[in-house]
Amino acid sequence: MSTRKFSIFRYNPITPEVKPFMQEYTIEEPPGMTIFVALNKIREELDPTLMFDFVCRAAICGSCAMIINGKPRLACKTLTSDLKGTVTLMPLPVFKLIGDLSVDTGTWFRHLSVKTKSWIHSSKEFDPNAPEDRMDNETALEIYEAERCIECGCCIAGCVTANIREDFLGAAGINRVARFMVDPRDERSKEEYFDVIGSDEGAFGCMGLMACDDNCPMQLPLQLQLSFVRRKMVSFGLSIK
Amino acid sequence: MSNYTTIVSDVLVVGAGLAGERAAIEAASRGLDVIILSLVPPRRSHSTAAQGGCQASLGNCAMGSGDNTDVHFADTVKGSDWGCDQEVARLFVETAPKAVRQMSMWGVPWNRVVGGKKTLPDGREVEDPKEKEGLITARDFGGTAKWRTCYTADGAGHTLQYAVDSVVIKLGITVHDRTEAISLIHDGETCLGVVARCLKTGELRIYLAKSTVIATGGYGRLYGASTNAIINEGNGMSIALNTGLVPLGNMEAVQFHPTGMVPVWILITEGARGDGGYLLDKNHHRFMPDYEPKKKELASRDVVSRRMIQHIRKGHGVDSPYGPHLWLDIRHLGAKHINTNLREIANICKNFNGIDPVNALIPVRPTQHYSMGGVRTNIDGQVYGLKGLFAVGEAACWDLHGFNRLGGNSLAETIVSGWIVGKKMAEYTLGAAELNYQYNNVQGFAKEQQERINNLIAGKQGKENVYALRKEMEQTLMDYVGIFRNGPDLQKAVDNLKEIYHRSLKIGLQSSGKGANPELSTCLRMPGMLRLALCISYGALTRTESRGSHAREDFPKRDDANWLKRTLAYWKEGSDLPDLQYEPVKITELPPGDRGYGESSASSAEGKKQN
Repeated sequence: MSTRKFSIFRYNPITPEVKPFMQEYTIEEPPGMTIFVALNKIREELDPTLMFDFVCRAAICGSCAMIINGKPRLACKTLTSDLKGTVTLMPLPVFKLIGDLSVDTGTWFRHLSVKTKSWIHSSKEFDPNAPEDRMDNETALEIYEAERCIECGCCIAGCVTANIREDFLGAAGINRVARFMVDPRDERSKEEYFDVIGSDEGAFGCMGLMACDDNCPMQLPLQLQLSFVRRKMVSFGLSIK
Repeated sequence: MSNYTTIVSDVLVVGAGLAGERAAIEAASRGLDVIILSLVPPRRSHSTAAQGGCQASLGNCAMGSGDNTDVHFADTVKGSDWGCDQEVARLFVETAPKAVRQMSMWGVPWNRVVGGKKTLPDGREVEDPKEKEGLITARDFGGTAKWRTCYTADGAGHTLQYAVDSVVIKLGITVHDRTEAISLIHDGETCLGVVARCLKTGELRIYLAKSTVIATGGYGRLYGASTNAIINEGNGMSIALNTGLVPLGNMEAVQFHPTGMVPVWILITEGARGDGGYLLDKNHHRFMPDYEPKKKELASRDVVSRRMIQHIRKGHGVDSPYGPHLWLDIRHLGAKHINTNLREIANICKNFNGIDPVNALIPVRPTQHYSMGGVRTNIDGQVYGLKGLFAVGEAACWDLHGFNRLGGNSLAETIVSGWIVGKKMAEYTLGAAELNYQYNNVQGFAKEQQERINNLIAGKQGKENVYALRKEMEQTLMDYVGIFRNGPDLQKAVDNLKEIYHRSLKIGLQSSGKGANPELSTCLRMPGMLRLALCISYGALTRTESRGSHAREDFPKRDDANWLKRTLAYWKEGSDLPDLQYEPVKITELPPGDRGYGESSASSAEGKKQN
């Protein structure tokens, strides 16, 4: 069986005296090996201290994003056979490092939800005995399209603005607002949406390099969502008295 | 270290999946101070992986017409093979439609009825009435008389979790993610909270609360091949069992999902068959109608899984390096349907198998999927044996599912039981006396965990390798406690697991164990996981009948005279086997009878021959 060399970023915040370094491991490479399989093999057989995150291992939970040979990707669905030479693994930038390849995306994304007030704003009281409000199926599908974001952080890690300014909400934030803007159940006014995202932290911070759109593992139409929200914000901004 | 950070709240919820968060919302909206602990950020919980949908008898779509709570009740009881608690099932089916509508208000974009005529994949013509257009629609699922499973494409769990978590955020409920409860704290009568380990720093903390809720999901990862997320190791069940006071119910009831994808064992939703997919053998023959002429691919999961293994054993499986498998065929559903309503599974097939199900067959084999058993509670979600302790969702044995859960009833259970148990838990908490504890006792629990950690790091008890033991446990369950079971195999499982259990008490760390050390996390869980594995195996060995997912080759019939009862497994300190007790199953409406599918049914292939 052929072997594969990995070069992996190492740093543990509880031992700050050990500066960050790259560590090399070589393991056997069976056919169909993913980074998920490889990292577990390294931990179980070579180095039980190695920190990384996986949950669903099926590309639906968003836990395992990392920089693989220079690009933010989901490790669980990346096959080593699709990569050339030594596989270099680094943690996502922008997010706080927990150790090695593990970063704190949870805190960042909760902040995003709080900042963009990502919940249905409705004045209606729930009546358990009433039938549901009707919705056009096309509208439901349109909401789901934006709702498919799994908060993996690939769009943020690859974003120039997010790497420069700490408060930028990135494509994930803008896409999130777009999700609520197309939802007829959300009663927010233009002014309220403008407040949430009509700033440099939101829609106007984007430089338009579109790495988010290239890197999204869910293939969300982030470029479209960005232009949709920016145009809405301009028209809202102009119409607010 | 003698001083631990101590955090006090009214309510402590362990687990931030759908059931835990839904319960937390009930408590927080009544003004209680709630903290949720979670291994991972809430939106990474395994609930988000649920694909197919959520059963509720709304009866809006044409094929759901005439549905009601009585039909849902009968389907659930038959599905459970009369193992479920019928009062719980009744409460559940009555609440499910309300819970689904509530989720609609909270933001779930349920697919909706589109009026007009359509042709189903099998050629049937149906017409959805115009006056129902825009109401929540449903798809077909196994073991149901009507189309009842509400869905958002094949991302139902994802949209539900995001909606429920959005309300958690709106209410400002505190979540401590990357925090693992490693022991319950109690005084012998009342649960007082947990000792938890921070998975960012390795720090031990004490959480005290008037009410503690276990909502940690299932134990799928005890098995070597499971559709479950890797965090599903049954932690909440373990810490409850370890008290010696709390029983686990029906741990031998383990669900195998018919369509885990070979060889990565990722789930392919039942919605694929619900929407018209077929199971084929190596000759591309659609074999399910031969066994189950009435329900075909849509008998209950236990039955379809057994039929598949039966068919493979007859030599009709497709050989592969990962053992024989069968095919799932959804090609005839067409590209448009697959790429909208089954898009996530199309992606899974592409990402993990390099195939496009629009024109290729999907290799599948039954795979461990769900834990019907769990921490035994009453109908209010109160755990047997300790006051102030509750359990919900897959971690609990409420007991809605008996010996087989219907597809679509687990997502529904999370939002229904989260709501009901959350309300009961909140009422209990509001009426409870001030938190009353002896600090020495509380600190004792933390010290005990600290000592375990110190011993593991020092290798004081031995030098067993945790990863090696884990593989042996996984393989033992795979080999001897699978879909078909028998006495000698189960005895072998119990013997092996006992031996591995004793070795697990002698684990020593290979690494330093400093900080959020992942090896230490696994070591701390390992003996508890083995206790669960023993509860499963010993419970299965002792139950000398076949019921639902528990299929004994040496006792192939359901035995209502002797076994219409629920297993309660206790773990006494110092023991290496659970102490098994039993309680009767409550039958209030529907006495045991024919399920309408399966080997013993008059409508099955065997049944037809007998008549």
